[in-house]
Amino acid sequence: MEPKVIRGRDLKRDEFEKALKVEYHPEARYAWDAGYAVGKFLEGLKQGKILGVRCRRCRRILVPPRAFCELCFVPIDEWLELKDTGTVNTFSISYVSMDVKRLEEPEIPAVIEIDGASPGVGILHKLGEVDDPKNVKIGMKVKAVWKPEKERTGAITDILYFKPLEE
Amino acid sequence: MGLNIKHKVAVVGAGMSNVMRRAEETGRELSFYAVKEALKNSGLTIEDVECVVMATAPDAFDGVHMKGEYLADGAGAFRKPYMRSYVGGGSGVFAIIHGWYMVASGMFKTCLVVAEEKMSSAQPHPQAAFNSIYDHTLERPLGVNLLWIFALEMNRYMSVHKIPLEDIALVSVKNKRNGLDHPCTQVGAEVTVKEVLESEIMAWPVHRLMVSPTSDAAAAIVIARDDIARRVSEQPVWIKGVGWNLDTAFWTNRDLYYPDYVEKAARMAYEMAGITNPRKEIHVVEPYDPFAYKELHHLEGLLLADRGKAPELLKKGVFDRDGELPSCPSGGLLGVGNPIAAAGLMKVCEIFWQLRGEAGKRQVKNNPKTGLAQAWGDLMQVGTVVILSVN
Ligand SMILES: [Zn+2]
Repeated sequence: MEPKVIRGRDLKRDEFEKALKVEYHPEARYAWDAGYAVGKFLEGLKQGKILGVRCRRCRRILVPPRAFCELCFVPIDEWLELKDTGTVNTFSISYVSMDVKRLEEPEIPAVIEIDGASPGVGILHKLGEVDDPKNVKIGMKVKAVWKPEKERTGAITDILYFKPLEE
Repeated sequence: MGLNIKHKVAVVGAGMSNVMRRAEETGRELSFYAVKEALKNSGLTIEDVECVVMATAPDAFDGVHMKGEYLADGAGAFRKPYMRSYVGGGSGVFAIIHGWYMVASGMFKTCLVVAEEKMSSAQPHPQAAFNSIYDHTLERPLGVNLLWIFALEMNRYMSVHKIPLEDIALVSVKNKRNGLDHPCTQVGAEVTVKEVLESEIMAWPVHRLMVSPTSDAAAAIVIARDDIARRVSEQPVWIKGVGWNLDTAFWTNRDLYYPDYVEKAARMAYEMAGITNPRKEIHVVEPYDPFAYKELHHLEGLLLADRGKAPELLKKGVFDRDGELPSCPSGGLLGVGNPIAAAGLMKVCEIFWQLRGEAGKRQVKNNPKTGLAQAWGDLMQVGTVVILSVN
């Protein structure tokens, strides 16, 4: 007869701590070129502008910009400046860090539809200057709060966050 | 789509390991167990297996480079044609699609499909390993967190349809209860809507008890061409339809309230299976449920509920084990566990057992002939669907 095969045993945390194991701490480092379209977008951010592109075929105005339209599969070369205001498409109030540690102050990530882009076209960013996160609503108007010009580096973080716009 | 398929293909065996927070066993050992179980009642031996398909997360997840090759021996792939397939959480069902066409194409007579995940190796918490799915230039610098995408999608889904949080909490109640009857469960439990809503808020509107856990496990199935399947198996479970679809990675440019790509994958599978009225012709379903709202979202994408109406059907008991369309009778990812690539294949195993009447305490009451398993993944992007039937 064949020996029995083990179905799997769940280790308790302390058993795991004590279990025989080896550790590996890789130091993985990468440098990503932004590419043509996003590179130009980042240059715009450095100047305090949100740039979009328009597809000549489907006429969609898109942000983040891209070098080609994934819908029409044609190159895109028409650039335009969008507003730095927009509408909250959806949001969350996040109480945990990326490795699931509790945050003291919650973060409010949101998809923000940018004014001047086609309807429903947005970017991921965070909301700030929010008195009470409970008051954040889908459909709320928001405006970018920029880093001081000298501190901008041409990165998505040149926008610190979006703040609620007074009605 | 030209449906000029050469061979009918059936699943003849299924097996899985325990689902655990921290398995003592390596991924290779877990895979070996799942394969042994799948072969056990299949009527086939490892010598009969002509090729192997393996689903497992990217190498960086476990810190094992060429992880497919590392796992191959445990997956029974030693000196056999071997292929690794991966589309995030969608992988488990993606893998059976690959296995299906290995055989349907006429290339092989049999195929073993194995899916494995060992999440507990990533320290201090595997969640961080997911962050590299976000765009490196435009999203990661914001300090992203995997929970964000789910919270953003869930909020959009709830807001568009005005769905109260209590209705979504019911998914956790149903699936965790179903999971109690699964012999491999990690997180089966009896919980109330109140307990779900009072559990810690992770990323509003997502509460702790609406999230599947991180898990270690492996699952496997054995696939055979019709002539072999009829010879070796008393009850082959036929692969009637497969579908898969991938949406754009520009996820902030789409309306997250509805998974179009899941609908496209489902329509492809329905067409192939000759199903014109899925709500009547599908008798048991295992939609992908890594988060509570996802089961409802996917039932709608699969056209098994009208848009925004899945919560009402859930409240009426339609998706209970004794309901008209039992959904996640296994307990799913919320009630059994979520070993990423293995989770989808675990759902395929459940449909196999349900259609053969072998699901024991989990057996649904409507004498199902046809069932569907679906998985989902990447950057809220991919839908993978398989339709199985004993007819
Ligand atoms: Zn276009």
